[in-house]
Amino acid sequence: MSAPEPKRERVVLSQRRGARPIRTRAEVAAQTGVGEHLVRGLVRAQLGLALRIGGAVALLCLAVPLLGSSVEALHTATVFGLPLNWLILGLGMYPVLYVAGRIYIRLAEAAERDFVALVDAEEHPPGNDAGPPR
Amino acid sequence: MTSWLTAAAVVAAAFGTVAIGAWGGRGARSTSDFLVASRSISTRWNAAAISGEYLSAASFLGVAGLVAKYGADALWYPVGFTAGYLALLLFVAAPLRRSGAYTVPDFAEFRLGSRRVRRVTTAVVVVVCVLYLVPQLQGAGLTLSILLGWPSWIGATVIGGLIIVNVVGGGMRSVTFAQAFQYWLKLCAVAIPAVVLAIHFGNHPQNLGDPLPPRVTEATTVDVTTPVSLSVTDPAGLRLTGELDGRHVVDAPLAPGDHLVGDGATLRLDAGAATPTVTGAPATGAQWSHSGGGLGGAHPLFQVLSLMIATFLGALGLPHVLVRFYTNKTGPAARRTALAVIALLSVFYLFPTVLGVLARVYVPQVLATGSADAAVLVMPQSVFGGLGGQLLAALVAAGAIAAFLATSSGLLISIAGVASTDLLPPGVRSFRLCAAVGGLIPIGLALGAGSLELSRSVGLVFAVSAATLCPLLVLGIWWRGLTAAGAVAGLLTGAATSAPAVGFSTAGTLRGGWPEVLAGHPAAVTVPLTFAVMIVVSWATRTRVRPDVATLFARMHVPERLGLGVERTPGA
Repeated sequence: MSAPEPKRERVVLSQRRGARPIRTRAEVAAQTGVGEHLVRGLVRAQLGLALRIGGAVALLCLAVPLLGSSVEALHTATVFGLPLNWLILGLGMYPVLYVAGRIYIRLAEAAERDFVALVDAEEHPPGNDAGPPR
Repeated sequence: MTSWLTAAAVVAAAFGTVAIGAWGGRGARSTSDFLVASRSISTRWNAAAISGEYLSAASFLGVAGLVAKYGADALWYPVGFTAGYLALLLFVAAPLRRSGAYTVPDFAEFRLGSRRVRRVTTAVVVVVCVLYLVPQLQGAGLTLSILLGWPSWIGATVIGGLIIVNVVGGGMRSVTFAQAFQYWLKLCAVAIPAVVLAIHFGNHPQNLGDPLPPRVTEATTVDVTTPVSLSVTDPAGLRLTGELDGRHVVDAPLAPGDHLVGDGATLRLDAGAATPTVTGAPATGAQWSHSGGGLGGAHPLFQVLSLMIATFLGALGLPHVLVRFYTNKTGPAARRTALAVIALLSVFYLFPTVLGVLARVYVPQVLATGSADAAVLVMPQSVFGGLGGQLLAALVAAGAIAAFLATSSGLLISIAGVASTDLLPPGVRSFRLCAAVGGLIPIGLALGAGSLELSRSVGLVFAVSAATLCPLLVLGIWWRGLTAAGAVAGLLTGAATSAPAVGFSTAGTLRGGWPEVLAGHPAAVTVPLTFAVMIVVSWATRTRVRPDVATLFARMHVPERLGLGVERTPGA
């Protein structure tokens, strides 16, 4: 019937993905100089955190059979008529696992926030009045 | 004891599972549909779906059976099955999600850029899945033989066939809704009987820590289906027909001590008779309630330690679990999902533990068979006669069937997925072919191989996974120095050391001392060995570390807000 309509186009001032495409981010992506040491620091922090929390839980778990095999009182102790070793293993370990996971998530997310703040700080060194656009 | 109610529940659960899968999955026809569409799933639904797929026959039946048999030390199984998700959360969840890989072979290729590593990893994943399927099918055979009186090979074949048809037919994709429903069904099916039985026990308490072996309350007959070594402490009221210590006897009394009983034998217990127990399991209530007795055999402390390593680290690489983590939007969402899974599993595992304890009171005769997995299934009817008992039994049956179908289908989809991507030309046909072959092999193994207790078999599979896939994931995510050569050497070492352990302990040919213990609980040796081999070989080939490893690390570890992640659109 008529000529095909021209395709609709959006006209913008500049193509920007996200609001903050800045220098350090490019560096983190390109892994040169600053970016590389920032990422290394982040990985080290996260691994240290995971190892510390995992290690603490592992030690706790190891302590149960080790103490159980050496301390006789653990065999015979009861709480509310239930044997202590059953309460620890059957009931007590699960909250420990959950709380350890919660703590890890809190700290890991804090480490990631620190990392983002650090990247921002490198993009906008103090004294430069143009703060990060929000 | 066959009851139409139980049969109806079994059929309804099987049909319901398939129907929900087919109905819920009708919109999702390809892997990429599933993956792309499902990124908006909330943490809670996702966690329920992961738990639904994860809780297998080993959790549903096996945990209670092992607790009834071995007591305090068996509690490490459910704790370990849960703790695996803490390890997943700490070391794998967020970086793996950010890497964009949704299977372990995918991750291997992303990280190491080598088709060879990918193929080796694929082989390991397929082996792990097949081994994991075997106990599911054996559990199905056992369940149907108890509930419906079928010979156990029929049950394994029927359920196996159903799963193959299901996956080949394209029904029951990994649909979140169907899998989440499975979790709640299984939770109800285990929690309601546990609570009802616990109330019953509270009204008629009995002493569990008795220095004596448990006694049956009424005359009971036990059919011995696999050859077993029994320890008799109190011979009064015990009579055996069948093969006893190599001789055929009819209605013979048993002397105190250990006896080898052949399959097909029948053990009659008079009312009040003390139950013989499988040799190596704690015989008296006092031994049973103490920690440190181990899980049968020598060196109990080593067994517990090895079991911890296997279960804590084995869940990291389970393919049917990892694929679901890809449906999280971001790394932090993946973390929160893992935490929610820990909570859901914690709630679930309280009930099998309770059932295991009560099984020792109400159905002590299961202790005299090689497999105590039947405990959960037979308990409701033996405690409550009449309609109430039948309803409870039907509920348990439905939960058990749901457990087999959910886990097995997830595993078979994973087998078909990785095998068809890497071994055959892409396409639906390859997927179906792999699903059919991948389903038939475990059926064959389930029928042919000797059977361990379900949880024990699954524990062994975790040991294999912990000694192969876990080091690959952990080192790949956290250590820049890992090379393709190191990964392959480690995977092969882990597989080569785990395989004989699985073979020997399933065949049951090793008896006594360190060989038996190492075969039954290999992880404490194989896992450190694999880590060491991967590190040493990677170090020796350190000139071949990928030059772009820094970019990969940034992609895995830098928060999404900085916009480095890649969204994979698979199937392109």
